[in-house]
Formats: sequence, structure tokens, C-alpha cells
Amino acid sequence: MTDEGEKKLVGIVLVSHSAAVADSVAEMAKGLSGGGAAPVRAAGGTEDGGFGTSPELIAEAAQAVDRGAGVAVLVDLGSAVLAVKALLAEGDELPEGTRLVDAPLVEGAVAALVTASTGADVDGVLQAASEAYDYRKV
Amino acid sequence: MSSSEPAVDDTLDTPFFLRWLTAAATSVSREAARLTDLDSAIGDADHGTNMQRGFAAVTEALEKEPPGSPGATLILAGRQLISKVGGASGPLYGTLLRRAGKALGDAEQITPQQLADALRAGVDAVAQLGGAAPGDKTMLDALLPAVEALGGATGSFAAAGEAAEKGALATVPMLARKGRASYLGERSVGHQDPGATSSALLIAALAEAAR
Repeated sequence: MTDEGEKKLVGIVLVSHSAAVADSVAEMAKGLSGGGAAPVRAAGGTEDGGFGTSPELIAEAAQAVDRGAGVAVLVDLGSAVLAVKALLAEGDELPEGTRLVDAPLVEGAVAALVTASTGADVDGVLQAASEAYDYRKV
Repeated sequence: MSSSEPAVDDTLDTPFFLRWLTAAATSVSREAARLTDLDSAIGDADHGTNMQRGFAAVTEALEKEPPGSPGATLILAGRQLISKVGGASGPLYGTLLRRAGKALGDAEQITPQQLADALRAGVDAVAQLGGAAPGDKTMLDALLPAVEALGGATGSFAAAGEAAEKGALATVPMLARKGRASYLGERSVGHQDPGATSSALLIAALAEAAR
């Protein structure tokens, strides 16, 4: 965090059953984090554009945002969770230091991107995103 | 129990595993419409097409680069299922086969008992990944009785197939507690689980491969 010049930022991957949702959440997180220096990629829907999740798209997105500081993957529901867990269990599909984040997708994405852009490590990003669960709305 | 195959000293080689997965692909393709019908009742109506796509990728990959051992065959097939099936079934079936394949190591021939143990390891990994328990109306309700029948003293592929089929039928009165069907609550009761049904097809294909 002290060496601005060589700062390795945590990458963020957003996985949703819908490409439109994942893309929009990525745009919104970038907008709300002031442009966000940390890399973020959406991996929504299936390869043929349908609703669902694609381990191939997820792995591609994770490679694309990897800057050597770890990758935080935020997901929506069901098969998105299982797909990422299965990829992690493979061992060699995702960049080293990739972690599945226990966080709500939208709120977590904003918190994760803001935190990653400050140069926080992957644990810090995970914690910030998970804390989004504590923000009660009623 | 009713069948004479396999004898405990039978060995299963790589061609057996290729026959098994080919038979599973044929069966999934033949039953794809029924799987999707079952899934349209309590899921999102894509289980048949998803499984068909996944197993087509499996047979294509196995033809392109035939693996040298039973374990490598299952690992390659599992990898295809994870990336091609889509939905929760991809990671779950992929994990089942990959974990079983890893348990077999690189032995060129294995015994039916070793296969039973490897499948057991695969089923345990599925349970862990999905967080499901028996009775949750999932593929485990077919897979668990199947591996128990296969690993039992009188274990045979036919017995495993019967146990899996019985297990799939037993999901009809169950209340779904996992996956999209769980959102339906009581309305999930009265429908056979699509995942348990495709699992029964996969296990039934073992007996076909042994013929």
C-alpha cells in the first residue's frame, strides 16, 4: 500500500446469470467508485447469450483482471456459486489467489471495487464486500 | 442381486469406461425431452438440453484424445461437464466424475470394488459442493443408494441401477430444499427430481457398458 508505483491491485469478477446484470453492475460499481483504478470484468450469462453461468467465461474474466494480487469473485445465486467453487477445486483454472466472496452482488461489487482501488489486499477486499451484508435496509 | 455381473475378480479397463460414458451420452440424449419436462415442472426447463450438450462434449473430447487410464477418462469427462453443461448440474456432475477419477489414480485396470469406492468419493464431493443431504430432493437421492448398492456384499451394476432408479422415484413426494425448486416450497412436492433422474441414467449406463 506504500509503494504507489508498483502497486498490484486485486481484480474483481462479477458473475450473474444474466449478462446484462453483470455488465450493468460492473458499470455501476465503476461509476460509484470514481472510475475505479482496480480492474473489473463481468462474466454474466452463458456463452451463447442465455441466462445461466459459464465456467469458461468466468475463468476468462479472472485471467483478464489478474494483476498478481489475487482476484475476488462476486456471484449472484445457485449455479454461479457452484461454478466458481468447482473451478477453485480444479486448482489450475483460476489465477493464484482467486477467492469466492461471500457478499451481495450489487452492494458487494461497489465495496469491493472501491476497496481494491485503494490498493488493499485480497483479504481487505473480501472483508469490505462481506460487510455489505451488515447494511440493513429496514 | 439378480445379475451375475460383475464378479468381484472382474477388472474394468479404459475401454469399459469409454463404453460407460458413451452409453450415458446416448441415454441422456434419448431422454433429454423427459429430463427437460421434469425440469419445467420445478426448475428452469433446461436440464435435458444442458445434459445433452455436456455429454456430447464428453464423447467428442474422448474421441479426440482417448485417455490412457480409467481415472484419466473420468477426469477428462468431468472437465467437459463442468464447462459445457451450464446450470448447477455442470459443476455437480463434473465434480462427481473428476473426484472419482482422481480416486482411481493412474491404474490401468481396476476392480468393481475400487470403482464403488471411487464413486463414493465422488458422491461425497458432490454433497459437499452442493451442501445437500439425502431427502433434499436432489441427485444425491439417486446417487447415494446407487453407490451403497454397488459397494455392498452382493453389489452389481444391475443392483446399483435399480437402487438409483428407485431413489429417483422416491424424490416424487419430497419437498425440495436445494436449488431453484426449493423456492417453490410445497409446490415442488409431487414432481420427480430431474437431477436424480439423470443420475439414474448415468448409473444405469454402467450395466450397459458391462455387457
